[in-house]
Amino acid sequence: MISVSHLTKYYGDFLAVDDLSFSIDEGHVYGFLGPNGAGKTTTMNILTGCLSATSGSVTIGGFDIFTEAIPAKRLIGYLPEQPPLYLNETPEEYLRFVGEAKGLKGETLDRQIEQVIEQVKIQQVRGQRISSLSKGYRQRVGIAQALLGDPKVIILDEPTVGLDPLQIIEIRDLIRQLGQTHTVIFSSHILSEVQAICDKILIIAHGRLIAFDEPAALEKSLLADSSIAFTTEATAAQVQQLLSGMEEITGLELHETGNGLVSAQCTTDSRDIYAVSRRLFFAFAGSGKALLELKLQKASLEDIFIELTESSDPASQAENTTAEGEEEQNDSRTQA
Amino acid sequence: MTAVLKHELKSYFHSFTAYVFGAFLLAIVGFGAMLYNLEAAVSNFEYVLSFGSIVFVVIVPILTMRVIAEERRQKTDQLLYSLPLTTTQVVLGKFAALLVVFLIPLAVISLYPLIFSRFGDVYLPTSYGSLAAVFLMGAALLAVGTFLSSLTENQGLAAGVTIAVILFNYYSVSLSEYVSSTAIGTVIALAALVFALGALIRYLTRNELLAYGVCLVLTGIICVIGFVDSAMFEGLLPAIMRQLSLFERLNTFVSGVFDLSAVVYDLSVTAFFLFLSVQSLEKRRYN
Repeated sequence: MISVSHLTKYYGDFLAVDDLSFSIDEGHVYGFLGPNGAGKTTTMNILTGCLSATSGSVTIGGFDIFTEAIPAKRLIGYLPEQPPLYLNETPEEYLRFVGEAKGLKGETLDRQIEQVIEQVKIQQVRGQRISSLSKGYRQRVGIAQALLGDPKVIILDEPTVGLDPLQIIEIRDLIRQLGQTHTVIFSSHILSEVQAICDKILIIAHGRLIAFDEPAALEKSLLADSSIAFTTEATAAQVQQLLSGMEEITGLELHETGNGLVSAQCTTDSRDIYAVSRRLFFAFAGSGKALLELKLQKASLEDIFIELTESSDPASQAENTTAEGEEEQNDSRTQA
Repeated sequence: MTAVLKHELKSYFHSFTAYVFGAFLLAIVGFGAMLYNLEAAVSNFEYVLSFGSIVFVVIVPILTMRVIAEERRQKTDQLLYSLPLTTTQVVLGKFAALLVVFLIPLAVISLYPLIFSRFGDVYLPTSYGSLAAVFLMGAALLAVGTFLSSLTENQGLAAGVTIAVILFNYYSVSLSEYVSSTAIGTVIALAALVFALGALIRYLTRNELLAYGVCLVLTGIICVIGFVDSAMFEGLLPAIMRQLSLFERLNTFVSGVFDLSAVVYDLSVTAFFLFLSVQSLEKRRYN
């Protein structure tokens, strides 16, 4: 449906998109994930014909977006980061203009307007001026605009930014619903969101594509280590001795907790963390020392994301800790 | 294109702009008609048009200041770029809407000569010829305003610059009598024009080499001509200023000459500035 090859975009001397190539099939929801400033918006603007590229090509359904822009654009509905709304119009007037510009006429136009108004649930505000609408409703009007003309591909740039948790859930449901009948590409810097809705994830950092796979497969290909935390009545020396025979354990940290117990944190590169914890359990049981606490920490997509995006640029390694903190904050907010 | 046209018209008539524009134009023409045709009992309606043409300094910016600047400010230009429309269609749609808004008061004005002709001898060909010239000149000024609006996202700035440009054009004939008519004055003025052109090219294409190249070549040509035959430049600057005046060409019609070259000039100015508007919008895609 969409194929991007060797796409490069410079803003003056600044390299925003660096030799990006990928292709997207029909159907499914694709998540476009990356930290702020990774080149997501630039890429989306190029895909939708709003921006030229320095080099490379983009075809939408076989039409080149640069040379056959009109037929290519007919296949796309785009919601930019800031919904492009005429504030002194009502949603209905606005949708009528967009529909006409997309070449819809007469009865088809009326029917489609009704259809998208229902789809994004803006029936109550259809006659109000857009300037008086809340951010959530404006976002929906923006999505409705993208849906007009029944395009095959719907591209949404950060559709949930600035919405309250309830609105975020509603927009996510809408995206999921759209994914059943359209190809949906949406960008986000919030991982849990992408994880929750997408069939496939593209991770982009510093203008480069660094991963493109299904969420489960990304998790499985664990680039980050999982870890096991446990508390035991064995002494530190005993723990070290018990674990020395287990080659799947790659790291070990021990603390004496003060009441005669030892808490440990070990990391493993094994794909099957349960097998590791099972061996661990029987190793301690066999030696007659009780495990008082055992906690598994599987590498999440979050860890992979952070590792991927950070490791792709050595210069930003120093910012690691702050970036991580922010990401977690964002995440807990949206999950709430 | 029709979608853009309809949408623009709706917004002009939803807001006050179309009414303010029409009211200003009708008021000044009505006032002129009262002074010349009723009070002084002159039968030439074209004098009224000549008298009223100054109103374009004010009313053109009222219409054109928001035409593209507002799209930029509201970020709705992104929508226009992503819709299956070419930039040319967008600009032409917007310009057609401006012409419609302009034609409505003109249609009302076009009744005046007919009404007056019932009460006396009115030479209608000159009246309507001048009215057509007013339309063409207005169209050219609207195109200039559209282009100036495409350069900024600040409506106020667009309006201010448009007023300055039209005012300069209005007075350029009177001013031409005061500017230096010596060869050296002309050379300096031409050099300034060349640099302005270079700046425009640089802004639109972001191609410094092209801009500097054009500047250098044109400056070179001017210098060569200046050295070879400086007499050619004598009086050239005032002549250019007279030639560039859109308003001066209206006066040819008012004095009863249907000047085809003026028609061509108005149409060329319109086409040129619409072309520049398209380029200015396209440029945003290539930054």
